[in-house]
Amino acid sequence: MNLSLLIIMPLITALAVVFCRTMGGIRWVSLAGVSVQLLLSFGLLALYWRERAAGNGAAMLFEYSHAWLPSWNIRYHVGVDGISVAMILLTAVVMEAAILVSWSIKPMGKEYFILLHFLSAGAYGFFLSLDLFTVFFFLEVSVIPKFMLIGIWGSGRNHYSAMKLALMLMGGSALVFVGLVGLYYSVGGLHGFDWVAIGQMHLPAEVQRRFFPFLFLGFGIFTALFPFHTWVPDGHSSAPTAVSMFLAGVSMKLGGYGCLRVAVFLMPVAAKEYSPVIILLATIAILYGAFATMMQSDLKYINAYSSVSHCGFILLGIGMLTRTAITGAVMQMISHGLMTALFFAAIGMIYDRTHTRLVGQLGGLLKVMPFISTVFVFAGLCSLGLPGLSGFVAEITVFMGSWQRAGELYRLATILACASIVVTAVYILRATGQTIMGPVKVASYNGLGDATWNERLAGVLLGACIIAIGVAPFWLSDLLEPGVRAIMDHAGNAFGIK
Amino acid sequence: MPNYAYIVLVPLLPLAAFVVLGLFGRRYFRGASGSVGTLAVLVSTGLSVWTAYRYFFVDGIIGDRNADGGYRQVIALKAAWLSFSPGLSIDMSVILDPISVMMIVVVSLVSLMVHIFSLGYMKGESRYGTYFAFLGLFTFSMLGLVLSGNIFEMYIFWELVGCSSFLLIGFYFDRPTAVAAAKKAFIVTRFADLGFLIGILILSFHAETLDFRTLINRLIEPTSQLAGITTASFLGISLLSWGLFLVFVGGAGKSALFPLHVWLPDAMEGPTPVSALIHAATMVVAGVYLVARLYPVYAYSDPAVLRVVLYVGVLSAFLAAIIACTQTDIKRVLAYSTMSQIGYMMLALGTFHPAGEATTLGFTASMFHLFTHAFFKALLFLCAGVIIHRMHSNEMKDMGGLRKLLPLTHGCFLIACLAIAGIPPFSGFFSKEDILLAAWHADKLVYGIALLTSGVTAFYMFRLYFSIFWARPMREAGGHHGEAPLTMKLPLVVLALGAVLAGFIPFSRLVTYDGMPQAAHGVGVFAVAPVTLAVIGILTASYLYRKEGGRPAKFAAALGGLYRLAYHKFYIDEVYSFITKKIIFNLIGKPAAWIDRNIVDGLMNVVAAATAGISAGIKGLQSGKVQDYALYFFAGIAGLTILFIYLYT
Amino acid sequence: MSQVPLSHILMLSAALFFIGMYGLFTRRNMITMLMSVELILNSVNINFVAFNKYLYPDRLEGVFFTLFVIAIAAAEAAVAIAIIINLYRNFQSIDVEDADEMKF
Repeated sequence: MNLSLLIIMPLITALAVVFCRTMGGIRWVSLAGVSVQLLLSFGLLALYWRERAAGNGAAMLFEYSHAWLPSWNIRYHVGVDGISVAMILLTAVVMEAAILVSWSIKPMGKEYFILLHFLSAGAYGFFLSLDLFTVFFFLEVSVIPKFMLIGIWGSGRNHYSAMKLALMLMGGSALVFVGLVGLYYSVGGLHGFDWVAIGQMHLPAEVQRRFFPFLFLGFGIFTALFPFHTWVPDGHSSAPTAVSMFLAGVSMKLGGYGCLRVAVFLMPVAAKEYSPVIILLATIAILYGAFATMMQSDLKYINAYSSVSHCGFILLGIGMLTRTAITGAVMQMISHGLMTALFFAAIGMIYDRTHTRLVGQLGGLLKVMPFISTVFVFAGLCSLGLPGLSGFVAEITVFMGSWQRAGELYRLATILACASIVVTAVYILRATGQTIMGPVKVASYNGLGDATWNERLAGVLLGACIIAIGVAPFWLSDLLEPGVRAIMDHAGNAFGIK
Repeated sequence: MPNYAYIVLVPLLPLAAFVVLGLFGRRYFRGASGSVGTLAVLVSTGLSVWTAYRYFFVDGIIGDRNADGGYRQVIALKAAWLSFSPGLSIDMSVILDPISVMMIVVVSLVSLMVHIFSLGYMKGESRYGTYFAFLGLFTFSMLGLVLSGNIFEMYIFWELVGCSSFLLIGFYFDRPTAVAAAKKAFIVTRFADLGFLIGILILSFHAETLDFRTLINRLIEPTSQLAGITTASFLGISLLSWGLFLVFVGGAGKSALFPLHVWLPDAMEGPTPVSALIHAATMVVAGVYLVARLYPVYAYSDPAVLRVVLYVGVLSAFLAAIIACTQTDIKRVLAYSTMSQIGYMMLALGTFHPAGEATTLGFTASMFHLFTHAFFKALLFLCAGVIIHRMHSNEMKDMGGLRKLLPLTHGCFLIACLAIAGIPPFSGFFSKEDILLAAWHADKLVYGIALLTSGVTAFYMFRLYFSIFWARPMREAGGHHGEAPLTMKLPLVVLALGAVLAGFIPFSRLVTYDGMPQAAHGVGVFAVAPVTLAVIGILTASYLYRKEGGRPAKFAAALGGLYRLAYHKFYIDEVYSFITKKIIFNLIGKPAAWIDRNIVDGLMNVVAAATAGISAGIKGLQSGKVQDYALYFFAGIAGLTILFIYLYT
Repeated sequence: MSQVPLSHILMLSAALFFIGMYGLFTRRNMITMLMSVELILNSVNINFVAFNKYLYPDRLEGVFFTLFVIAIAAAEAAVAIAIIINLYRNFQSIDVEDADEMKF
């Protein structure tokens, strides 16, 4: 399977959109392109399973490598393993839902869809790359489209939010770049940026200690590492619906993936040494993010702060450095991506109809728009970790994994993280109770319509994926297991814990 | 080894009803939704009863049936669901032992009765299909909970039960009180579930398994490799005790024991059949079931944990009984009565002590009471449903003299009251007497309080009875519709039969702590005290409430502050409200949001502002004036000159 | 009679140089700035001639250089006046602060 197809497909779709003349043509071409990507992703999953079942135990499958800048040993090198396949599926599903939800965007629809396709191309490339420079390249590809999408089609303080998001993410990228260049020169330039090759070396502890903070912090900013998470509330809330879905659903996972695959995998000794700090920051993000969410009165801010809190689980799992915790972190990446995309979609649908996101001005929507309300409640229940939905699976895996690390501090962090489920229940139920339940707040709401066909399809797609993971998590954990095992094996004794 | 694999149908049929009715009920089934749901639960009930027959009388027995044969545990099926590491995984496994088989009979039977009752009660309701879908979800969750063979699997169903309860309490969602009650129920039980979760983490980490049977075996083994759990301690209490205590906290929240009981009275906002099913007979006993499921570990560990169980149980029983004496809403009285009876069940479990008479009588007594309580409490709630349906009000002051108007309800209500008061030969007498006997052997003070509470129980139940059916001149039968449709009368009759006959089931032979039958002790002189107190309670209630008069008001005034305290439910709700609003919201939530907005984000904004400031400062250099540029030019040359002189001399 | 010490002449030319620089930086009238530039150039001339006479009396390079500088100063004065006239035509002023369009 040629993995570059996944990167080329969005670019071809963008190109096709350029040549479309009518808005309808643009929409259907985009939908067709994104659907092809979804099919390709499922195809990739199937082929991957077939390869593994046939006994192929290689670390990375479907590798392809081509020299790009030979003088610096930069290659265009792509390949997948279980973790990458899962993330690619996530991107494809979220993009499909995002395009469906953006059906009636105006003005300048053509530019909007083109930018969305560039976003997804960046994400696909990031998850496929096995060369560190290419990883950085694709990380950067998506920052400028985000800036433009939020700045032009956003709402509220969108100029401020777009600028803040772009600058903070670029700051993160700058830190990542410093780390990468440091790595490059530390391995003597021989292997250059080749992730696989560096992954087989054992870097000296001093080098690891020096560059780990740069890489972890840089990628961490993408995943809302406290205290650099403040771009999340403003950025997500000012963005148009599809961009919020993509930002929270996929973009924040770029950071988690980078932290895991680049920082922790390549530098396990440093990871172990810095893990108390990571765990501290992650626990703060989880609890403090949850408490801050409780006091918000704008639905999008509620969801954005809750993303900060949930992404704290990802960092907690990575920080704990046990096999189960890391598996839980990856599961949380996927589960949270789906859930928050669904939640933002529901909020967007509500906003399109009522033109308000303030909880105080909404009420009784269950009577007026039952489908959207059900989707909202469904997403809320997934957020608070109801069994049968994906959020539960991810959270308990992180909890079980975190408890396995002995030590008073780590146990305390686990207990605090567990305590956040109560606070999450409080803010989700407050939001649900005030917007969905209760009497209809404003009489004019009674005439509002329910979800249109495209919105229903988006909701059902995301909901089905959430249920699939929630009811039958074994297929996901089996998919992720070899990748996590590779990380643990490479770390060997460095982690010092199971 | 007989094959019980079909048992998986018992929870799955109601789940299928949920899915079908949830997706298609509104458009395709409409009025027939009730029948679909009822049919599914009917088949489940049939399968449960048949399983009970097979298990207790045919297959489950080890050894000689008539002599010392006990009941063994059967794992009906097991499938890995989520694997954390080899040996530590969440499996979907079904366990059949005396308590689980008993529970599936109770749950499915009561659920069936509630389904049939709802066919009549909820007729004409706009979201008829959704109601039955939620009932199906609840039944599935509860059956799954009692059949769980893996502790995390039980947690999964535990949470699902909580969610179904939330959906059903908030069924009338356009009433703000219902929404608030649903939220409260979910959040209070969530808080308790946090304890359950941490307890699971502790226990499973040390036992390295999540499977109940293996977990129990490993934790009670004195020479096992788990030295860690009994020797390690936190704040002076062993980790095993902490784990068990936290699990008990989870159970206490779901079972509405003091002080986590505040959600139960508010949960009466839901439709009455829901209260009958969830908040009387099934969900609220989940906590008792959990402690019973882990009972060998509780028994083995530090007796302090069981002491806590004992005291919390008796305190809840007593407090709830006192509060119930002052409430005026029928359903609230019944809610507090439920809390009180669950207190009895918990205190019975807490009466274990390693040596001495009747060490494990408490276990059997608790399960027996759970069984009988399901019948008469569900019956009470369904009767209340008929009354509320007819009188369109929940308050006792709107009732009175309903004997002729609702004759069948009257009879069933009376039977249930007699059962709950513990009058022989009704079922409640037998189960309560066992509990009191167990308490007597454990702790005399607890016995005293429990005995007193049984008297108070009789008092408030008959206060309720007399206020509804006597107190005022009789209202004549007649009017445009009869007492109730058949669908609402049939469950009353069935449950009343249960309330009468259930006491004669030889529980000590069937359901015991280790599966071995215990000698059934006869009803002896021990029964005199509770029955006497109960009769005194009934007579007092009759004196005060049988005829309408000023006697109760005078009595209440005589009690003064005590009465007020009980009427306001000991101000516990106010305490909670204070803690959440003033402390958590104002002292934690608001500062967190403020800090994030102003300090953390402010830091980023300061960085940006500083950068902009520096930029503004520097750009002044580009003044456009030739002389300034000439000056910079000269300054540069002067600097270079000095530099070169300094470097080269 | 003893010669005037070299240092006196150098001090004179240095003084003229810095007076010229001061005038260049602080005068607003462009003609006056031009005069200051002439001062600078002339001070350099004095320097060259002095060094030539005192240090290398039998050579003439310094003097030749001075002649070149005088010629170039004259040419440059002509060009500078031409620029000033053009600036006057555009800005209606020979104040150097009025020609400030090449700024941020």
